[in-house]
Amino acid sequence: MRQLTSKGVRIDDTFAEAFGMRATALIITADEARWARQAAVTMTGFGTSVIGCGAETGIDRELTPKETPDGRPGVRVLLFAVSTSELQRQLQARVGQCVLTSPGSACYASLAGEEQLKLGDGLRYFGDGWQVSKRFGDKHYWRIPVMDGEFVCEATTGLTKTAVGGGNLLIMGKTATTTLAAAEAAVTAINAVPDAIMPFPGGIVRSGSKVGSKYKSVRASTNDAFCPTLRGAVATALDPDIGSVLEIVIDGLTADAVGNAMRAGIAAIVKLGPKRGAVRITAGNYGGKLGPHHFHLKDLLP
Amino acid sequence: MKPLVFSLRAKPDQRLDLSPLVPHLLAGKTASEIAAIALGMTRHAVTVGDAFRVKMGDPQALRIEGSSDRLDLVGHAMRDGEIVVEGDVGTRAGRLMSGGRLVIDGNAGPWAASGMIDGTLEITGTAGDRLGGPLAGEMAGMRGGVVVVRSDAGERVGDRMRRGTIIVEGRSGAYAGSRMLAGTLVLRRTAGALPGYLMRRGTIVLGEGCNVVSPTFADCGVHDLVATRLLADFVRPCSARAAAVFRSPLRRLAGDMAVLGKGEIFCPAR
Repeated sequence: MRQLTSKGVRIDDTFAEAFGMRATALIITADEARWARQAAVTMTGFGTSVIGCGAETGIDRELTPKETPDGRPGVRVLLFAVSTSELQRQLQARVGQCVLTSPGSACYASLAGEEQLKLGDGLRYFGDGWQVSKRFGDKHYWRIPVMDGEFVCEATTGLTKTAVGGGNLLIMGKTATTTLAAAEAAVTAINAVPDAIMPFPGGIVRSGSKVGSKYKSVRASTNDAFCPTLRGAVATALDPDIGSVLEIVIDGLTADAVGNAMRAGIAAIVKLGPKRGAVRITAGNYGGKLGPHHFHLKDLLP
Repeated sequence: MKPLVFSLRAKPDQRLDLSPLVPHLLAGKTASEIAAIALGMTRHAVTVGDAFRVKMGDPQALRIEGSSDRLDLVGHAMRDGEIVVEGDVGTRAGRLMSGGRLVIDGNAGPWAASGMIDGTLEITGTAGDRLGGPLAGEMAGMRGGVVVVRSDAGERVGDRMRRGTIIVEGRSGAYAGSRMLAGTLVLRRTAGALPGYLMRRGTIVLGEGCNVVSPTFADCGVHDLVATRLLADFVRPCSARAAAVFRSPLRRLAGDMAVLGKGEIFCPAR
């Protein structure tokens, strides 16, 4: 494969192949920032991959009191799923179990869309008849009495059908320590990009997968071509100087958000340089036939 | 573009029905067509030309100059644009309006905003009885939109209200929010006796409390709720004075327990 080099970091001339997804965005607030964060962390837990979790979820960014509808500290979270019905199911379950239950929380829509998903419109039944509907201008809220006061929840939230999931960077370094340092630098940079999340733990995946397996019932299995311990045993994708690989997966509300996130990640890895960070960056694809969105690394160089 | 101005020639001899003078009905009409519009409510015909001097302009911005409590149905069923009245008006101003902005720079008679569906109505003076209320035989009053009264309002503000917001910066009469189905009333100064009389759902905020609270309202304690912050933020652009009511935690009274009891009155904590 042709390679480019930027400040000593080798960048493969390949592309990340991404897919269309359904997505929505919420604002979660609380009296204190740490409780807004707690509700958001709980709600976005176990949301790494649609394969096993139903939804891919993450925190977009923290919001100051001036940026939230109720003037309290807040957090913006994004949810991605493969279908509208699954997104609705995940939204209802996650907000109902993790946000409604969190002390002092309130939950608002953070995406304008032509189509709407039920938010408070579904959760209101928890109020057992004591729920109160309030319309202020074009906003519709439900107030549900709970043990610390009221849970305020916007009735609906917008749905986008043009979200993009599966943008990715494969980060290769000499050692596990330097590779992780490069991945962390990329995660920090991507965190600042709006409308994009990295759903895996701390934004990083260490168990990249390939489609299929030698076992009939297993749909995805370890990406052996990128496993350093199998370097001599399989058709490896690793150069002799690579001892560790980590991946960053990116979901965005738009293709541009994913592109911007990948660009920011690459820039951070290149800035860290090959000595302290990664020696090579590549991206995962399926030959370009499965996903409609192709993010070519050469177009995203700093 | 300059507004389309109607200047009242003299106090009319009879009550006038101003419902034809709304932007969507005047669009595309010539000066002579407008002058020929009948406004009378008796056997003696009165046209626009008889009652008003008309200065042509943009029908999306109407101005009615001159003050008379015989000008009824101003802004009736208006859908869009703006009407500014410089003076008092009679009954049912803004009745059934579904959009646009109506400003009465004076006092309004009873049933202002009756059955209003959407849009905004501002009354800089006082409003008569049954602001937003239904006429006899109608099941519901105001159904949407925002009404702001800068001075006092009469009895039964928001009678049978179903949706929307009414803000009264001054005092209001007895039975405010009577038979409310839902919606929001913010009454900044003292309200008369028995607010929320037979209300089913909805929210009444009393900035200075009221003379007599019905015994069918149950005290639910003092709370600082997120919902009142959202309401304050919504009210503030219309009335900063009324929004100041929400500065401190409010006492919540649930009622009217004589009927459904899903409504609420917020009043000062003391």
